[in-house]
Amino acid sequence: MSVLVYIENTEGTLKKGTLEAVSYAVELAAANGSSLIGVSIGEISNDELNKVGNHGLSEVIKLAGDKVNHQSAASQLNEIAKSKGASTVVLTNSWQGKGIGPRLAIKMGAGLVTEAVELPQGKTIKKKAFSGKAFVNVEMTKEKNVIAVSANSFGLKENSSQVNISEDGTTSSDTSLQHVSYNRDTSKLSLTDAEIVVSAGRGLKGPENWGMVEELATVLGAATACSKPVSDADWRPHHEHVGQTGITISPNLYFAIGISGAIQHLAGVSASKKIVVINTDSEAPFFKAADYGIVGDAFEVVPKLVEAIKKVM
Amino acid sequence: MKILVCISSVPDTTTKINFTENDTQFKKEGVQFIINPYDEFGLTKALLLKESGGGSVTVINVGTTENDPIIRKALAIGADDAIRIDSTPIDGIHVANEIANYAKDKGYDLIIAGRESIDYNGGMVPHLLGELLSIPSISPCVGFTVNGVEAEMETLIDGGKESVKASLPMVIGSQKGLVQENELRIPNMRGIMMSRSKPLTVEASTTNDSGQKIVKHELPAAKAGCTMIDASDVDKLVDLLQNEAKVI
Repeated sequence: MSVLVYIENTEGTLKKGTLEAVSYAVELAAANGSSLIGVSIGEISNDELNKVGNHGLSEVIKLAGDKVNHQSAASQLNEIAKSKGASTVVLTNSWQGKGIGPRLAIKMGAGLVTEAVELPQGKTIKKKAFSGKAFVNVEMTKEKNVIAVSANSFGLKENSSQVNISEDGTTSSDTSLQHVSYNRDTSKLSLTDAEIVVSAGRGLKGPENWGMVEELATVLGAATACSKPVSDADWRPHHEHVGQTGITISPNLYFAIGISGAIQHLAGVSASKKIVVINTDSEAPFFKAADYGIVGDAFEVVPKLVEAIKKVM
Repeated sequence: MKILVCISSVPDTTTKINFTENDTQFKKEGVQFIINPYDEFGLTKALLLKESGGGSVTVINVGTTENDPIIRKALAIGADDAIRIDSTPIDGIHVANEIANYAKDKGYDLIIAGRESIDYNGGMVPHLLGELLSIPSISPCVGFTVNGVEAEMETLIDGGKESVKASLPMVIGSQKGLVQENELRIPNMRGIMMSRSKPLTVEASTTNDSGQKIVKHELPAAKAGCTMIDASDVDKLVDLLQNEAKVI
């Protein structure tokens, strides 16, 4: 019995979420006394792949793939799982991982747990539920399992090892999805990977006022996010919407500027380790979910905060 | 186009989550149940496709008779007929198998399911259906245009979007973007009256295949309390973040 971990790359680079999944798989395999193999698909340099060695993964199989999608990747991973006799496959809970997991689980006859936040205890595993409002412990009832690890939950574990990369000719037979084009900006930090997120709401009064939010994010090396009313009004792109029907995040630090803290918004961010709330209304419900609060006008507080952070960083 | 829309019944988005029976079950007392918001975008898209190109819209739900009110709501919004598979959902694999078993020989051109449900957030049903029915699946789908049997879609990927093409039949996972919030429909009186006479067919369960079962729920640890800082003293906040919370 062995464990496979999918080493997802984004245009040839490994994101933090991928390395967290690797850290998770390394500890899972050690706990079960299983062997562990990483599988990479698509164009990536060996230098970049060697980064998995910082987290304890030593065996990597490299497969070719052009315009990798969830269907082609699931088909390739299933072939490797079959040939290696894998009983568990670990993925990141990214958009691609969320697409691969279900297809792979059916091909393998496996169960599927998404949004996992901890290692399994026996067959029981803890995952996020109710869009961040709760957790649920579930028992995995099948012998084989696919586990997708929630970003910023398990953390990175340092664990040095020598990486042995072997190339493999396994290709996908699934061509039913045809790539047309990409429209992405990978220079921006992805919201689910970010350790610090700066988010703003209707309190900012209009999209023209986001300059100071972006500046605060820049000095902190943070990603930007927004509340639902802001994305509904098209002040900010929909992919920045965090909350119950947007993206659920769990950064180390979350800044909520001019966001009152409706229960639907809190659902998406309550897993953040520390929350700072800046709001003119001292009665805003968000203060009850915060670690640090400032009652004040964002237009005065945020620029001062930017200067104060510049002084120390 | 013959369209099947999968809907699930979930607690209203404003619900405070509590558990009962030693935290093994979600506490339903006093909770308002709604059509899963992601599914509602899908239902609206199905109705728009029918209005522009003809065809039919069937909704399907896996659940017990307590879900009938939300199924009637989908009919009041404009679906033509409804199927309820009389079964208590175990997990996403179970729900997808029930739906796939029902749908496999019915000739649907397009199956739409919400990208995830807001209760257990498995986010797996659209792709499970695609795999079980051996047809393409795209989720989340934030753009869908069809020309004959050729569909062009937009999906979210790390850092942005990807456009892809596939041939019908296929499955898409719905969310905002597939239609806009202001296109969502509220049932009117005529729709509610008509929904009472539209067919809601109850089908027997065909499978108990599943991959997980619930052991226990937990609520996140409560916050210790909020340290208030004067608006004129942002240096204090920076100091606390650096030296107390150690997050910057």
